[in-house]
Amino acid sequence: MLVMQIAQTVLAVAVAPLLTGMVRKVKARLQYRTGPSVFQPYRDLSRLFTKETVVAHNASWLFCAAPTFVFAATWVAAAQVPTISFDVALSPAAELIALFGILTSARFALALAGLDIGTSFGGIGSSREVMIASIAEPAILMLIFVLALVAGSTRLTDIAFFVASPSVGLRISLLLAFVGLAMIAIAESGRIPVDNPATHLELTMVHEAMVLEYSGRHLALIELAAALKLLFYVSLISAVFVPWGIAPSGGTFVQYIIAMTLYLFKLAVAAATLAFFEISIAKMRVFRVPHFIGAALMLVLLAALLRLVSQSF
Amino acid sequence: MSEPIDIPTADAMRTHPWLRVMVSREVWERVGHRLAEGTLTLVSHWADGATVHTAWRDPHSGDTGIISLDATNGFFPSLGGMHSPAIRLERAIRDLTGLIPEGAPDPRPWLDHGRWPGKSKAAASQPYAFLAVEGESLHQIPVGPVHAGIIEPGHFRFTCSGETIVRLETRLGYTHKGVAALMTGAPLAQASKLAGRVSGDSTVAYAIAFAQATEVACACEIPPRAVHLRALMLELERIANHLGDIGAICNDAAFSLMLTNCAILRERVLRLAGQMFGHRLMMDCVRPGGVATDIGPKDIKQIGKLIAHFYRRFPAIKALYEDTASLQDRTVRTGVLRYHLAEQFGAGGFIGRASSRNFDARKALPSPPYDKLKFDIALMFRGDVDARIRVRIAEIEQSLSLVKQLLAGLPGGDIIVPVAAQDGEGAALVEGFRGDIFAWLRTSKDGTVSSCHLRDPSCFQWPLLEAAVENNIVADFPLINKSFNCSYSGHDN
Repeated sequence: MLVMQIAQTVLAVAVAPLLTGMVRKVKARLQYRTGPSVFQPYRDLSRLFTKETVVAHNASWLFCAAPTFVFAATWVAAAQVPTISFDVALSPAAELIALFGILTSARFALALAGLDIGTSFGGIGSSREVMIASIAEPAILMLIFVLALVAGSTRLTDIAFFVASPSVGLRISLLLAFVGLAMIAIAESGRIPVDNPATHLELTMVHEAMVLEYSGRHLALIELAAALKLLFYVSLISAVFVPWGIAPSGGTFVQYIIAMTLYLFKLAVAAATLAFFEISIAKMRVFRVPHFIGAALMLVLLAALLRLVSQSF
Repeated sequence: MSEPIDIPTADAMRTHPWLRVMVSREVWERVGHRLAEGTLTLVSHWADGATVHTAWRDPHSGDTGIISLDATNGFFPSLGGMHSPAIRLERAIRDLTGLIPEGAPDPRPWLDHGRWPGKSKAAASQPYAFLAVEGESLHQIPVGPVHAGIIEPGHFRFTCSGETIVRLETRLGYTHKGVAALMTGAPLAQASKLAGRVSGDSTVAYAIAFAQATEVACACEIPPRAVHLRALMLELERIANHLGDIGAICNDAAFSLMLTNCAILRERVLRLAGQMFGHRLMMDCVRPGGVATDIGPKDIKQIGKLIAHFYRRFPAIKALYEDTASLQDRTVRTGVLRYHLAEQFGAGGFIGRASSRNFDARKALPSPPYDKLKFDIALMFRGDVDARIRVRIAEIEQSLSLVKQLLAGLPGGDIIVPVAAQDGEGAALVEGFRGDIFAWLRTSKDGTVSSCHLRDPSCFQWPLLEAAVENNIVADFPLINKSFNCSYSGHDN
């Protein structure tokens, strides 16, 4: 359904800043602070969009094109995750491998843009980002493999539909895959303990170091893309592991409203969980990140093995 | 070379620990050798007019003194060639007075970036030559002087091999305010205010150092109540700053829970200080001759309440630090400063004590009221970020006990006496929260300061930061740097 596809696409970009805002708000409350309103990221974005955009003298076209590309690619990926309806126009194309491929190309563009202007922080950021990516990707592929084994398809709507069906009970392989995906999501969306999105310390940054030279609307697009990436992972986890409430094809208006409400509720729960996790752990050393993602890889590998041993796992 | 330094005033030193004597070049060089072999510790090195001074301390006997050398010909023998802690002080002397250290290993300017009004701008036209590093696949990361956070300006030049730091070179001097020059000829009250602004976070310690030196110079005895109130302020300042540091270090490891918990406690201290003394940081509350504000029985009750609150809350914060494995993973064995370097540079404060250098000016040169108070020097042995945090935690506990003792024994009477200005000289060493602050000044009988030198503990701590970060990864530098928390403003002066 084209209407639902459009609705889901608009919804993704509309709620992404809200999710970021909710995480920040819960974190602030946990730190005994009042914190800004959950709508603050929208205000920040509108401020950035109207501010002057400064570009380094030696920047190439790549530097200016990267934010648009990164934003567009992340948006496309986030819009394909079934959030309110299983029946959307592009769902046959929403292959997990393709979605992660799109995200990887966005990361590639951003890493190049970090190197483009030749500052040392951009280089440090790109180098660390690519290091994390190179270990996260095998874990992601293994995860897709597990999901495909369980659901018999790599198409996201099929997986979500399968998990939502009453025939699926508690599966150990799914549980392991869930933990693995959560860890990958933390690493990929640059949250504590892998990266700290709130830091001002140039030398410890990963994602922020890459985008340090961006300003104005470029920065706005990158911030929005980062919010969308977080939304993508949260939506992905909720679609694959808690797909209940998503409206079936040909759903009624009421079903869509319920799906929408439940989706927002899931986002709020995810934001609170993420904030609580972030507050209770310190950032790890850069060179410990491979251990962290390695653990995720092991978990999904275990899930795959269990699944291969017996269908009932 | 184990015989006591040939300054024939051992008796005089009992009455005044910082007696200054003019020496010959020969004695000057002998002192240089003794500094180099480690039988003396360099306390400070500065120049006024055409005389260069070196303050020293014997770590074994505890004797202290100042030697001066006439340098009217514009030259003096370099100590930096023998004893590296003196190098930057010498470069500063050269920038500020034009006196040239003969045989100095580093002829580059230090504080003077070629931008001072009325001075040659030649230095600005050519780039500052950072020390060369050779090797395969090394790259440089310049950081600062403008940083992403709200901190003071300073430039850090990292040479790295991948993520590992091979060398760090700092360049400071961006916050040089010319305090010594501003003080020359300033009335005592004005100079005291300037001293309290050398490094804002240690304003009490600086003001006490200045006041004590002035009182020595003018032979002024201050009332015992003032002595106690000064110590009270000093300990409150220490507690507040240590809390801020502990929180900030943990926040650099993205563990913001410690920051907020510590910030709340720190805020309580500051608010109480503001309520009692009229200024949250207690700026200008210490004056030559005594203190500016007295406290009443109500304030004493308030402090008692604060201490009780600390005893309730602080153990939980301490436990939060010690029980968070992910945080310990970041701090333990990160940025290790070895003992012999701490000893060589005479590193004061938590930096020295975390590397087991057993020195605390409150114990080493006990002046009232610390000579009558019971407290321990917090010593740690590993010299890493964790040790520096633990020394701070222990010092907060010690300071709480000191505050209790101070209040219990608070004498009555006046809080300030007028200082009768006279021609004189005085020096003092005061243990601020960062370490020992050295103050030396000369007063004249019209009530002005004719020359003043204030040495921040960071002068000997900044070079050690460069040693401590070696072979650590770049991403750990902010953590190590914060655990040192050296003062830019105090160093640049």
